[in-house]
Amino acid sequence: MNSDRKRHILFAIFVLLATMSFINANKEKKKGTIILQFENYVDDKPLNLDSTTYHNHIGQPYTISKFKYYIGNIHLKKKNGAEYSSSDYFLINEEDSTSKQITLDNVPDGEYTSISFIVGVDSIHNCSGAQSGALDPMNAMFWAWNTGYIFLKLEGQSPLSQSPGKLLEFHIGGYKEPNNCIRNISLDLNYNTAKCSSIKIKTDVSEIFKTPLTVDFSKISSVTDFHYATRIANNYTDMFSVLSIIYK
Amino acid sequence: MKFKSILVILSLFLFIIVMNSFIDDNPYLIVTKQDVELKIPKGFPKQVYEFKDNKPTPEGFFLGRKLFYDPILSKDSSISCGFCHQQIVAFGHIDHKISHGINGLLGKRNVPAIQNLIWQKSFMWDGGVNHLEVQPIAPITNPVEMDENLKSIVTKLQRNKVYVELFKKAFNDTIVTTEKILKVMAQFTGLMISSNSKYDKFIRHEDTLSSAELSGLKLFRNHCENCHKEPLFTDNSFRNIGIKPDTNFKDYGRQNVTGISSDYMKFKVPSLRNVELTYPYMHDGRFRNLQQVMNHYAKGDFYTDNVDSSIFRSVGLKEWEKSDIISFLKILTDKTFTYDRRFADPNIDNR
Repeated sequence: MNSDRKRHILFAIFVLLATMSFINANKEKKKGTIILQFENYVDDKPLNLDSTTYHNHIGQPYTISKFKYYIGNIHLKKKNGAEYSSSDYFLINEEDSTSKQITLDNVPDGEYTSISFIVGVDSIHNCSGAQSGALDPMNAMFWAWNTGYIFLKLEGQSPLSQSPGKLLEFHIGGYKEPNNCIRNISLDLNYNTAKCSSIKIKTDVSEIFKTPLTVDFSKISSVTDFHYATRIANNYTDMFSVLSIIYK
Repeated sequence: MKFKSILVILSLFLFIIVMNSFIDDNPYLIVTKQDVELKIPKGFPKQVYEFKDNKPTPEGFFLGRKLFYDPILSKDSSISCGFCHQQIVAFGHIDHKISHGINGLLGKRNVPAIQNLIWQKSFMWDGGVNHLEVQPIAPITNPVEMDENLKSIVTKLQRNKVYVELFKKAFNDTIVTTEKILKVMAQFTGLMISSNSKYDKFIRHEDTLSSAELSGLKLFRNHCENCHKEPLFTDNSFRNIGIKPDTNFKDYGRQNVTGISSDYMKFKVPSLRNVELTYPYMHDGRFRNLQQVMNHYAKGDFYTDNVDSSIFRSVGLKEWEKSDIISFLKILTDKTFTYDRRFADPNIDNR
């Protein structure tokens, strides 16, 4: 009798545990992935390295040979204020198509109304010594003489440039005041995880030269330290926009 | 029975041969667990670099030392870290005003000593480098020093069988990465601790000072201590000590990295430990000897743009006072450190 009752209780516990783990498993299923696809543009045309001549908004011709930048601290916000965040850093490199696609894992299902991220690397990660992955100094986005990551690297040529080889060189970085070039970006969205699969974000290079500082290549062709850096950073603050949302 | 004992003897021989292959043939170069133990000297403050996620191991330290002394880290395999940082002079460059690099190129600053780095908040004369682990990247990539890039170093080390084996020993993994390279180098340089000079022994009541040294200590505490704070003999700050900028180098010190005008001509207050060995002096090696340094401070003829107020404490020092201070500075020499077998160049056979 007694042992029978024990068996019953054990069975009941087993059923309870099984149900709970099933519910849990179901809960886990309510998370998915979101893909962020960065598309580099110049004005309204996709960026072409080397081959295409572009014009800044004061009509000066230029070409682009290199375009790389760091994205981090990604946050997705729901209508009710709930947030998803990723602590990883990503180095978007025009030359490397896989780098332009960021996969966010374990994103809870729901309707997201905004995405925010920083261009650059936060101060902690600028002071953490040897790091790997996107933050490996081997990626040539690191200043050795004045420790810190180069947040954005844009190189090219312009016939108006006064630099040797008519080069344009914009290496923008700096995490300390008054030379802080980290910029927060926030974009509105209408993204339902049940219906959508990815977000295309447009990065418009031309904005880097446009406002509020008009970059005249005959005067500013090389920015590789704090001179002009924060003003260029102010310019790149508005280079991002949501290009499109891809439905399933 | 006989067969069995022969077998035992044979296997013993085999055991000895196998064990022998594990022992480096130069006992001078062996790194033991004890060698890599971090011992904070009594009276020293809490260190800045705590070897977080990078606890020194004999294998890591061994590899870090090999890298430090290997010219493979330079573009044309001509210059190692140890080329400019010589142990006999506390890892400064003996009697060199400014640094030398590949192809005979010259830098613009005096090679600083390497010692007690784990108490430093920043590195280089202008404090531009913010972490011990990333410090080596600066000289490695500087075009007038080693002129190499990290990618190329990883490639060179990855195809070198000896290094792959050493990385495996240190990390249990044969993949070479910049992170691993930088971490083992920090193990090696971070353990370079100088704390056994005559001054230290005096503080520990193990030695006594001459009357000149004692007088020098008192004068030092009155006139120099404000910046060269004991026991590290630096307060880790940046100061303008009124030396005229060199028009060739256009080196304005900390202002070059911060862009802040009040940082004009500020340079790091260097530690005075082993100062007797690290001549010439100042960020550009402009003073040949300690007498010239003392004369600068005593004379008071400062280039006055933005000069640090502490500097006026030493104006008007008499000849005997300067001489006593120099006597004191010489007891900061630590031969235990400059002859420490652990930090010696493994390419030189010291047996």
